[in-house]
Amino acid sequence: MTLLATVNSDVPFNVAQNVGFGVIAVLMVTGALRVVTTNNVVHAALWLVLVLAGAAAQFILLAAEFVAITQVLVYIGAIVVLFLFGVMLTRAPIRGEAGLTRSNWFGGALVGVLLLGLLSFTLLDTFGGDRLPADTRLTLRPAAVSQAEGTEPTAGSNVGAVSDSIFSRYLIPFEAVSVLLTAALIGAIVLARKE
Amino acid sequence: MLSVELAYWQQTLLRTVGVLAAVLLPAGALVQLFLFKAVSFMQSRLGPMEAGPHGSLQLFAEVGKWIQKEDIVPDRADARLFKLAPYLVVGTVLLVYLAIPFGPDAVFADLEGGIFYALAASSVSVIGVLIAGWASANKYSLLGGLRAAGQLIAYELPLVLAVMGVVIQAGTLNLQRIVTAQADGSIFGFGAIGLPFAITQIVGFVVFLIAMQAELTQTPFDMPVAESELVTGFMTEYSGMRFLLFFIGEFAAVGALSAVAATLFLGGWYFPGLDHDANYMNVLGPIILLAKILLLSFVVFWVRFTYPRFREDQLQKFAWTVLIPISLLNIVGTMILKVAF
Repeated sequence: MTLLATVNSDVPFNVAQNVGFGVIAVLMVTGALRVVTTNNVVHAALWLVLVLAGAAAQFILLAAEFVAITQVLVYIGAIVVLFLFGVMLTRAPIRGEAGLTRSNWFGGALVGVLLLGLLSFTLLDTFGGDRLPADTRLTLRPAAVSQAEGTEPTAGSNVGAVSDSIFSRYLIPFEAVSVLLTAALIGAIVLARKE
Repeated sequence: MLSVELAYWQQTLLRTVGVLAAVLLPAGALVQLFLFKAVSFMQSRLGPMEAGPHGSLQLFAEVGKWIQKEDIVPDRADARLFKLAPYLVVGTVLLVYLAIPFGPDAVFADLEGGIFYALAASSVSVIGVLIAGWASANKYSLLGGLRAAGQLIAYELPLVLAVMGVVIQAGTLNLQRIVTAQADGSIFGFGAIGLPFAITQIVGFVVFLIAMQAELTQTPFDMPVAESELVTGFMTEYSGMRFLLFFIGEFAAVGALSAVAATLFLGGWYFPGLDHDANYMNVLGPIILLAKILLLSFVVFWVRFTYPRFREDQLQKFAWTVLIPISLLNIVGTMILKVAF
């Protein structure tokens, strides 16, 4: 049993995968719109969970298992939990509150549309007609089956590939990001601390 | 390997039934054996004796009782979220079991990032707890939910860091291969009992067990549900079936994290002296794993009914100044030894 993304990778169109993509995309867009239109902060955070979970599901459709798990662990399990924690600790009336929408919301919308255009252009320009290579398949078969067939148990699953590229080709950007995060952390402590 | 070929829907059906059995069997066994009986004996009483011989059918009586009760939603609560929260908590426990191997072929999904996936799935249950606390529109519930979130965030770190040592030693994130690495290992050339990582990763094992106790909000880390100050925290307003779901979720989570710990540190479904490729391990494996789950869960309940509760600040201090530095040192030590040998 392999993931849909890689069955017949020379066939240009995989119906089931595209249907799955469409359904998840509709859920994500609906969730994203609700995040900015709802008048209850807690509801907004929970709609955000739907959007992030949808992104994780899309990664799984692309056979990027490791990225999908990271998405869930970091964004849903940590960041949204911190959002909810902060919101509930300060002010979160159960019926919501009027006037949550700022008068300058169209500025944010404009930036969002520009970013969408920029990202779409970059992705199409870089990857265009590329297909997933046939060996990035996520196997759900027990290891013993693959051993009997003489293949690697989880052939081409991308955990190894991700770590190989992070710790060789992208080592310097990776370390730079780590330093940046540490600096941000220290900055937050300095700001929050009253002398 | 098995010689049966199953259609996709048959596999899916088997997996669904399998996950439900894997969740409910240990959860039921834990409640009946430990919560009803073992604790009663520790407190010099008999516990339930009326339903069935020695009270062995008490569990069914309890479930019947909860199902009959009225499902109450408080007037001022956020009804939809209030109803959703218990399903989120139980659902994440089901998802954790997905990655745990029960035998050479008896595995729901042989994920390459297995242990990473199990920890990620278990981290989502906090959201259910927070929603339950907030949507109840009750101060005590909200306090309980916030305490739970603070505690789960603080103890998730040592939990993940304690696992790193095992991952470095086994050289894989895949739970199936962590099991075979322990089965094939040897202690200075003595290979009769394999190499359970509880021996080489004893520091990680202890840190994992402590962090697990806190993740499960069991005493001495039970401030989120402290019944004497918060009236069981985020569960205060729940009744009937939804309370039962939280209850199942709590004990199923004990089973799930014990299963993860057994797989990482005690050799999983493997038992010394058996052939870990043989077909019969698909039948024996789940039984062996269940025995190890019960062993580790017993420790959880033993501690739960022995020690008093921490204070909130002591708890946070313990996580950040003791557990996390120790597990970081453990990772450094494991890395050095891994390179040296």
